Amino acid sequence: MLTTGLTRRTLLKGGMAAGVLMIGFPVRATAQTPGVFAPNQWLSIDRDGVVTIVNSVPEMGQGSLTTTPMIIADELDTSLDKVKVQQAPANPALYANPVTKSQSYGGSRGVRDHIDMWRKSAAAAREMLKQAAANEWGVPVESVETEPDTVIHRPSGRRLPYGQLVDKAQALPVPQDPKLKTPDQFRYIGKMVKRRDTPEKVTGKAIYGMDVQLPGMLVASVERCPVIGGKAKSFDATATKQIKGVKDVVQVSNGVAVVADTFWTALKGRRALKVEWDEGALAQVSTPLINAEYARLAKQPGQVARNDGDAPAALGAGARVVEAVYQVPFLEHACMEPMNATAQVTAEQCTIWAPTQSPGGAQATGAKLTRLPPAKVVVNTTLLGGGFGRRGNQDFVVDAVEVAKTTKGVPVKVMWTREDDITHGFYRPATYNVFRAALDANGTPTAWLTRVVGPGLQIQRGMVKAGDIDNAAVEALRNMPYDIPNLRVEWTNKDYGFPLGFWRSVGASQNGFIVECFVDELAHAAKKDPVEYRKALLGKSPRHKAVLELVAQKANWGAPPPAGQARGCAVVYSYESYAATVAEVSVAPDGAVRVHRLVCGIDAGLAINPDQVKAQMEGGAVYALTSVYYGLITVDKGRVQQSNFHDYKMLRINEMPVVEVHILDSGGKVGGLGEPGVPSVAPAVCNAIYALTGKRIRTLPIDASQLKRT
Amino acid sequence: MVSLTVNGKPEQLDVEPDMPLLWAIREKLALTGTKYACGIAQCGACTVHLDGQIVRSCVTPVSAAAGRRLTTIEGLSATGDHPVQKAWMEVDVPQCGFCQSGQIMSAAALLAAKPSPTDADIDEGMAANICRCGTYQRIRAAIHRAAALAKGGR
Repeated sequence: MLTTGLTRRTLLKGGMAAGVLMIGFPVRATAQTPGVFAPNQWLSIDRDGVVTIVNSVPEMGQGSLTTTPMIIADELDTSLDKVKVQQAPANPALYANPVTKSQSYGGSRGVRDHIDMWRKSAAAAREMLKQAAANEWGVPVESVETEPDTVIHRPSGRRLPYGQLVDKAQALPVPQDPKLKTPDQFRYIGKMVKRRDTPEKVTGKAIYGMDVQLPGMLVASVERCPVIGGKAKSFDATATKQIKGVKDVVQVSNGVAVVADTFWTALKGRRALKVEWDEGALAQVSTPLINAEYARLAKQPGQVARNDGDAPAALGAGARVVEAVYQVPFLEHACMEPMNATAQVTAEQCTIWAPTQSPGGAQATGAKLTRLPPAKVVVNTTLLGGGFGRRGNQDFVVDAVEVAKTTKGVPVKVMWTREDDITHGFYRPATYNVFRAALDANGTPTAWLTRVVGPGLQIQRGMVKAGDIDNAAVEALRNMPYDIPNLRVEWTNKDYGFPLGFWRSVGASQNGFIVECFVDELAHAAKKDPVEYRKALLGKSPRHKAVLELVAQKANWGAPPPAGQARGCAVVYSYESYAATVAEVSVAPDGAVRVHRLVCGIDAGLAINPDQVKAQMEGGAVYALTSVYYGLITVDKGRVQQSNFHDYKMLRINEMPVVEVHILDSGGKVGGLGEPGVPSVAPAVCNAIYALTGKRIRTLPIDASQLKRT
Repeated sequence: MVSLTVNGKPEQLDVEPDMPLLWAIREKLALTGTKYACGIAQCGACTVHLDGQIVRSCVTPVSAAAGRRLTTIEGLSATGDHPVQKAWMEVDVPQCGFCQSGQIMSAAALLAAKPSPTDADIDEGMAANICRCGTYQRIRAAIHRAAALAKGGR
């Protein structure tokens, strides 16, 4: 249970209430800004009645610049179209996510981790404004209410705008347990609200990290070792330094930086560089070796991540056994905006401008590299041209700060090329997965075993102890919803050291695919309808079942599909939300797969902004379809073999299916939305391909030649 | 020195003639609405108009723009009220928005050539523009809407 936590008094004393989640107050705002009512760090109102709301969640396309103010403005009861919105500075003491305790955003946590705190903070402010008006009028607070930006006393018809209550409200104690609106009182939550950032994004005015321009700014680009993990041993910059506009060439952690007047000059400088690399250990590693080693390890038992009943015994008991192997590759995020950051370092301060999912991490990075205290590291979070998990990493911030340390106080923007981006990413793990299930005479599974071989990304990143089960490797698998008495999940951590990252929906992106395809195999082996087969196993998972039933009904599952097409379904839980998809698919004689329609269902508890819920589901579907058609990162002697959009392809508009999104507001806990649209799409498509062709896709991306009709 | 018209105003660009137009636009003219995302004409984020025709500015040398009319997203309309921009706002197309300048410039050129585009026309006219957020369905709807707006529709 989140609470508004601190009273002003405890904070002014410098204390923190033990055991109470930090919400707190901006000391500077309260102590130094007379005429501003700022009961906490999330909102303030000035004497003109101007409401300013702070958005702590970086805007990476998911709509946080709209959703955060919607929630706060609703509970404050203010006109959403008039509020000002500020992006939070890096200041984890004030703005950290209350669940993760870090000012870093991923895991579709923007709304689900903050909504209770934001509502309570805004409700406390509204109660203080009501109390201030009631005191003014000499009436009980219970007799006053609010309309947007105004406290009213209906019996007497008196009204006071918030702006006129600022000073009196500021002097009041902060209520610890303010009364929240009931859903029927919501003015914005649950309604379709237009995105605040659209006008600037359609006129070219929106400022992304790449667009930061500062007086006298230099631009740099870093030549990186073609082999991941390699380091520069030495370099010859003679030719580079002869190029007009090149200012300097400096070695940094990630390679050799060419500092110039423009990016174009920096790129020319990079081409003229001669660098001798120490390629490091990964120069010995290639994709065929990885795949062979995965397959070898999959013959041996792994660490047990879940163990219900006795799956090995039940599998060996002579029942009918179904077996399969599924494989998925490394994937890169491919944010449209290549990585970049800008920094200015002086003796007193480090200032960073970055399209980052982790303002707190950027601040810590700046502090570590400059040895300045974190308070002297100012982070300006720009708009992000895509995040998807990639921009939680610090590598691009490291580049900017390290180069800025050499430019004597002159700000410098460090920009990556697309090639840098794809060849030096943090990749979604490649995995090899063995499945074995036993069916009884009715085709019902009595035992299920999955053995995953692949790297643990959280172990690699130091977030989970080596030797433990890495949840990212087994999520959406060890918590699979099907009620099977003997169920065993094993995982073998095999990590060659290629940098791993959180890729939109993380473990669920691959485990949703493998589980939902394999359960489909069992349904077909049992000669049962795939929707009905799943439903029979979802007795203990009513929310999975409900959203699956929703999409089946909306897709008219029982009726024949359009001519030449077949349907497939899947349902996957991730990030506290339940998503299901029915795909309608055809396959051309040459094996080319066409997805005609995706009927998607989402139960995120409560849809804050339904149109943007749909947008996230539409976007998640495209992200998934790209992985189904094209997503493949391979390595040869430690070098990523793909480099740009010609060989690391993205879905395009001519391949776009119709995506229908149906929202199921179950009233359950509010779940995530940035990621849950991804995992159920790939299996629904591949299950439809099987229904149509009898050919089972067990390796992504799809190899169309496998589906060719001769 | 390259002379050209940029969003209706005469400009002189003192850059090497082989510099891609994209970098002259972004770094010399300080018009940052036009984006870099691939550098090899694979994604369309850098799409601008030269004499009303779309070009991928990342692979177009500045010299190719000499004496011509360059239009960037900033110059598509004076107040953001081009039918395509209005339709984009109505449909709330952008997510991250990084590709959208290029999408809008491609869509505006498509509509100029085909005032009533079919879905197949949209596929053909817009397939060079990648959107990693996956806003394609809304782009399609917004182009149809822009076509109606351009004809005075409500």
